[in-house]
Amino acid sequence: MSDATTRYAITLVVNGVVREAEVPARRLLSDCLRHDLGLTGTHVGCEHGVCGACTVLLDGEPVRSCLTFAVTVDGHEITTVEGLARDGEPSPVQRAFTECHGLQCGFCTPGFLCTATAFLRENPTPTDEEVLEAVSGNLCRCTGYQNIVKAVHRAAEIQAELPTEPQPGLLQAENGSGDSGERGNTA
Amino acid sequence: MKPPPFDYHAPVSVDEALEALAEAGPHGKVLAGGQSLIPLLNMRLVAPSQLVDINRVGELDTLTADAGGVRVGALARHATVERSAEAAAVQPLLRQALALVAHPVIRNRGTVVGSLVHADPSAEMPAALALLGGSVRLARLGGEREVAAADFFIGPMESAIEPGELAVSAFFPALPPRSGTAFREVARRHGDYAVAGMAALVTLDEDLRIVSARVACVSVGPGPVVVDVSDACGRRPAASVPWDAVTAAVRDRIDPDEDIHATAEYRRHLTGVLAERALKDAARNAVTEAAHE
Repeated sequence: MSDATTRYAITLVVNGVVREAEVPARRLLSDCLRHDLGLTGTHVGCEHGVCGACTVLLDGEPVRSCLTFAVTVDGHEITTVEGLARDGEPSPVQRAFTECHGLQCGFCTPGFLCTATAFLRENPTPTDEEVLEAVSGNLCRCTGYQNIVKAVHRAAEIQAELPTEPQPGLLQAENGSGDSGERGNTA
Repeated sequence: MKPPPFDYHAPVSVDEALEALAEAGPHGKVLAGGQSLIPLLNMRLVAPSQLVDINRVGELDTLTADAGGVRVGALARHATVERSAEAAAVQPLLRQALALVAHPVIRNRGTVVGSLVHADPSAEMPAALALLGGSVRLARLGGEREVAAADFFIGPMESAIEPGELAVSAFFPALPPRSGTAFREVARRHGDYAVAGMAALVTLDEDLRIVSARVACVSVGPGPVVVDVSDACGRRPAASVPWDAVTAAVRDRIDPDEDIHATAEYRRHLTGVLAERALKDAARNAVTEAAHE
């Protein structure tokens, strides 16, 4: 069927834009985004799923891009930190991280932003404990997390004040396009 | 920290996957959620030359719950099973165990069946399957077999799956009447591997006395260690169980290893403490369950 040197032509919808790349099967999604597509906003920390810096949204759900092969998600929709802003305006989560000083060096921030964006979509009014659980898979070595937790709460407030509008990474779920049926279950 | 090269197969049906696995023989490895396999590849701890990616095999993305139990297909993600109200109603231990599997983001991608095949002695899902007496269905070209949990977990990171076989689903039996379950664990960091963990299942009689009590211990043996403590509990309500005798019975059955995180003696101690807590939780849940029947 193929050997280890075969390159695969894949198509990803990244931040709403159809992007094509030719990748070997072993190309991690994180490397595909950064090297093949030039989207260096997604950061790579540990490359074994512990630090969470590489978290992106796959069909709206946060996943580790370093623990996903690009070829596996051929045809799917990806949202990276570059896709969170709308019309040049930072998203509520991005605004809240700025306001609350939820970052210092910024290395872990793309992962936190993607994780928090998906979390608040599912749970728009979280408790303290729920916020801690939600961000527990992302490591930050600067802030001590206090301001990150504050920022997630603040983002929830900002979001609540906004008129409802489509959230990034939800295109597929909203218009029912793509192959979302594959991800369904029969329960 | 990049995966070694491999030949890639992307079947779209179980039959195609089985053909690829049959051809690959001992060199084949199945990729489902990849949340354990890809770290191992990235760290070059494993280097299978043939990788069979089952993420396009839609027929494996199933989850069915009926009066008998919950059958989880090979592509059902942890998060899907965790969120399923139907699965939780039939077997509450699933949701209790899944809440402790790594982090929510990992659970979006990882699969229940993948966790079972990976057979990590510190993992929650093997303990849940072993405690409940569930099974794993293994398919191969031209055949299928159902392997009981007791025969499935062979050693650390080793299950009964043979080259050429694909784990297509796992079956978790339903909660019996007047029964309750619980899962407790201690980890160094939230979402990290358990230093010790405990799944418990307690069944009561009509007078709310314990008729059956069982635990499955995590991180203290080559695989999940199931201990029946029905006799140690005696036929009495949870409030009058001699807990020291029960925890001693559990501690005597395990053989923990020492590592950088904990001495063997500390793991043994934790196992006793967690057994008591998990059994008490399970008994309390059983009383609630009995009240609803």
